[in-house]
Amino acid sequence: METMRERFVTVTAELLEQDPRTAVVLADIGAAGFTEVARRHPDRVVNVGIREQLLIGTAAGLALTGMRPIAHTFASFLVERPFEQVKLDLGHQGVGAVLVSAMGSYDWPAGGRTHMSPGDVALLDTLPGWTVHVPGHADEADALLRHAVADGDSNVYVRLSAHQNAAAQPVEPGRFLTVRHGAGAVVLAVGPMLDAVLAATEGLDVTVLYAASVRPFDRAALRSALGARADVVLVEPYLAGTSNNEAHEALADLPHRVLGLGVPREEHRHYGSMDEHLAAYGLDATGLRARITGFLG
Amino acid sequence: MTTETSTEIHSYAFQDLPGLMGLMTGDEKHGPAATSTLDALWVLYDRVLRVTPDTVDAPDRDRFLLSKGHGPMAYYAVLAAKGFLPVELLPGFGGYDSPLGHHPDRLLVPGVEIGSGSLGHGLPLAVGSALGLRAQGLTDPAVWTLIGDAEFDEGSNHEALAFAGAVGLDRLHVVAIDNSSATHGWSGGIAARFEAAGWSARTVDGRDHQALFEAFTAPHPGRPHAVVAQVETKN
Repeated sequence: METMRERFVTVTAELLEQDPRTAVVLADIGAAGFTEVARRHPDRVVNVGIREQLLIGTAAGLALTGMRPIAHTFASFLVERPFEQVKLDLGHQGVGAVLVSAMGSYDWPAGGRTHMSPGDVALLDTLPGWTVHVPGHADEADALLRHAVADGDSNVYVRLSAHQNAAAQPVEPGRFLTVRHGAGAVVLAVGPMLDAVLAATEGLDVTVLYAASVRPFDRAALRSALGARADVVLVEPYLAGTSNNEAHEALADLPHRVLGLGVPREEHRHYGSMDEHLAAYGLDATGLRARITGFLG
Repeated sequence: MTTETSTEIHSYAFQDLPGLMGLMTGDEKHGPAATSTLDALWVLYDRVLRVTPDTVDAPDRDRFLLSKGHGPMAYYAVLAAKGFLPVELLPGFGGYDSPLGHHPDRLLVPGVEIGSGSLGHGLPLAVGSALGLRAQGLTDPAVWTLIGDAEFDEGSNHEALAFAGAVGLDRLHVVAIDNSSATHGWSGGIAARFEAAGWSARTVDGRDHQALFEAFTAPHPGRPHAVVAQVETKN
């Protein structure tokens, strides 16, 4: 199965050929994939070395001159390490970039905590104006990346993961899809969580929504999916509860309940595989079903 | 006969800057930081930078990024003297409705290329700007950033200077105002750091306008250029 990151390289190379405003900025990670396109466009493929403050500063400087920069590295080093550059060099300067991360929350558990960034989306939530896409399949990543680069000069975060669903959904940027209709609660699956959510809710009378874009949060879709009771379960592949407030605001005028499932805040000091970590976090189908049915009673 | 501001702005000289700075009050804390930059800023805007109030949005203008945003009175005074902003705005410095903060904001002041205040952001942004201009075929405009010797403590500067030297980013220029305010100093000098990374570098008297001008305009083919402007020690 083609990974989202492989598709990112293909799509970005194509965009570099098509649009002279685009540039990709790297900090060694992922640079090997761009060797060939860098030969044709040496001024628009920039590898700054292992320097993540400069990664974001350079992207922002490119944007100041009118370019549309795409910056890429692992989420830990793209959002967390240079967070002040994200806040000031992009947002505060009034310029935009597309930040494309890999490795997310749990993609390489054997790599340990240093390569896990479950808080990336929550961190970006502290800043104004960010669009956040969380594709669940390489084809979705393809569509969302193209949309992100073409999305004016806005700031867009595209969170790529090695965790994917078996099939792509016909995603529309900024919109939730209804994947399964039911009369009861709404379960919102974000990106790579869809397959596990579908398995976990098999036979339950719930509506399953799918979000490959979480900011802005499609409040209208959530409201129109509500059943008799406003019970909502959010299943996110990053810090549990990251979108709880979005759901609460969408339902502010209704009595409602929200259960936010995702990666726990506590550090999980085990190595191993992605599947082992998803199970340990209660994010496999078995764990999800137990917690969803427990919540719905 | 009109009394257009534009006929008045051309009359300002270096000697008028202290008077313009005196219109701004409320930021005494950064007073020494503000005057340390005055001469270098004046020489740049008066004789070096190819940017005017009419070309603040021109793609081929020279860029000046004030990285050391602390104590921006000298900067605002020079911008006012050169007609980028009306002198009448200076007394409002730091006020709620004033565009002139104790750290500058590019979205509020025409001609201000970056918002600064947190140290160590200007040089990386200047690197990106120089790369962006080159990628668009604009090989003539110069990109300048002004940093301080204490600001030089910030590691982001060292990420940027090592990279810029390695790739020979020759439209990039740094002026480092050295008033010996770095807590642990720069043993061996600031210029040595730039030179070791492949830059062209000069150290001059930061109050000597002709020396500054010559250092600013010294040829540096294939290499970025740093000018260390030494001024009297802070306090």
